[in-house]
Amino acid sequence: MQEYVLILISTVLVNNFVLVKFLGLCPFMGVSKKTDAALGMGLATTFVLTLSSVLSYIIFNYLLQPFGLEYLQTIAFILAIAAVVGFTEMAVHKTSPTLYQVLGIYLPLITTNCAVLGVALLNVTENNNFLESAFFGFGAAVGFTLVMVLFASLRERIDASDVPAPFKGAPIALITAGLMSMAFMGFGGMVH
Amino acid sequence: MEEWFISITAAILIFVGLAIVFGLLLGYAAVRFKVEGNPMAEQIDKILPQTQCGQCTFPGCKPYAEALAKGETEVNLCIPGGTDTMILISEITGLEPKEVEVTEAEHKPKETAFIDEDVCIGCVLCIKACPVDAILGATKLMHTVIQSECTGCDKCAPVCPVDCIDMRAPPVSLENWQWPEPTIKSEGEAK
Repeated sequence: MQEYVLILISTVLVNNFVLVKFLGLCPFMGVSKKTDAALGMGLATTFVLTLSSVLSYIIFNYLLQPFGLEYLQTIAFILAIAAVVGFTEMAVHKTSPTLYQVLGIYLPLITTNCAVLGVALLNVTENNNFLESAFFGFGAAVGFTLVMVLFASLRERIDASDVPAPFKGAPIALITAGLMSMAFMGFGGMVH
Repeated sequence: MEEWFISITAAILIFVGLAIVFGLLLGYAAVRFKVEGNPMAEQIDKILPQTQCGQCTFPGCKPYAEALAKGETEVNLCIPGGTDTMILISEITGLEPKEVEVTEAEHKPKETAFIDEDVCIGCVLCIKACPVDAILGATKLMHTVIQSECTGCDKCAPVCPVDCIDMRAPPVSLENWQWPEPTIKSEGEAK
C-alpha cells in the first residue's frame, strides 16, 4: 500500500510530468486561459491517461512480450491511446457540448500529448506491474490536472493585472510557467 | 517454419486483432454517443425569450441560437433577453460576455405588461399581438398577463383600444437585484 502512495506523491508533486519532466506542454500553454477549461482538460486527460496506461500495460505484457515484439511498442501504444482519445471525444461531445466547444482542437490533440505516451513508455522501462502502472498513469494525470488548474488561475489573475507591454500574452505566461517549475523543483529529492 | 516468418505473422495478426478490437469499440461508441443536431443550439434556444423579434438581425431565436453554437456571431445581440440572457449565453458557449447594446437613448430596466382589469373590454387584440402567448383571456372576458412568461416586448400596449395595458417594472427580488447605475458625483468626491 505504501508504495502506491509513494508513486502518487512522486508523480503528482516530485516528478510532475509538466513542470519537472516537461511533457505535455502543448495543452499546458494552450488550454490554460480559463480555469473551467483547464479543469475539463485535466479531467479528460486523467481519463485517457489512466485508461491508456492500463491498456498499454496489458498490450505490452500479454501481446508483445510473449512474441518478442517489444520493438513495436510505440506503434501499439499510439494505437491504444488514439482509440481511448477517440472514445473520450465522443463521450465529451455527448455529455458536455460546452466543454467540447471550449476544448476544441485540444481534445483530439490529447493523442499527441507526449505525457500520455511518456507514461506508457516509462511504465515499460521501470518494469511497473499492473497496479503500479495504473497508479503511475493516474498520478501523472492528477499532477497534470493540478498544474493546469493552478496555472490557469494564475493566468486569470495576470489577465487582470497591469503587465508591461513587451511581456503581454505568451511571454508572461512562459515566465509564470518557469517560476512554477522552479517552485515544483523544491519537492525534488522527497521521493524517488 | 523459419523463425522470422512466425515472428512477422504474429506481429501482423496481433496488430490486425488490436485494430479490430479498437475499431469495434469506437464503432459502438459512435452509436452509443450519437449526437443529434447541435446540442448547444438547443440549450441556447431554451434560454432565449422566443419573441422571434428579429432584433438580433437573425430571422428568429432558433437561427440566432444556431449561429451562436457555431461561434459565428456575438453573444450580446438579444435585446429582449437583456444582460441576464447574455450572461447565460456566454456561460454555455464559453465566449467572453459583452454588454448588450440597447438602441434606446436610455437604458431601460426590464418591464412586464400589466392589464388594468377594470378597464379591459375583452377584445382579444392584445392576445393576438403577444408573441409568447403570455396573455390569458377570451372574447368579452377580462384578460390578464402571465408575469413569468411576459418578456416585456411592448407589442400588446399599442394595439389596446382602451389603453388599459401599461409596462411596469417587476418587484425587486434576489434574482433581479442589481447595483444602482453609477451617477456623476460633484467634483469634490469624484475621482
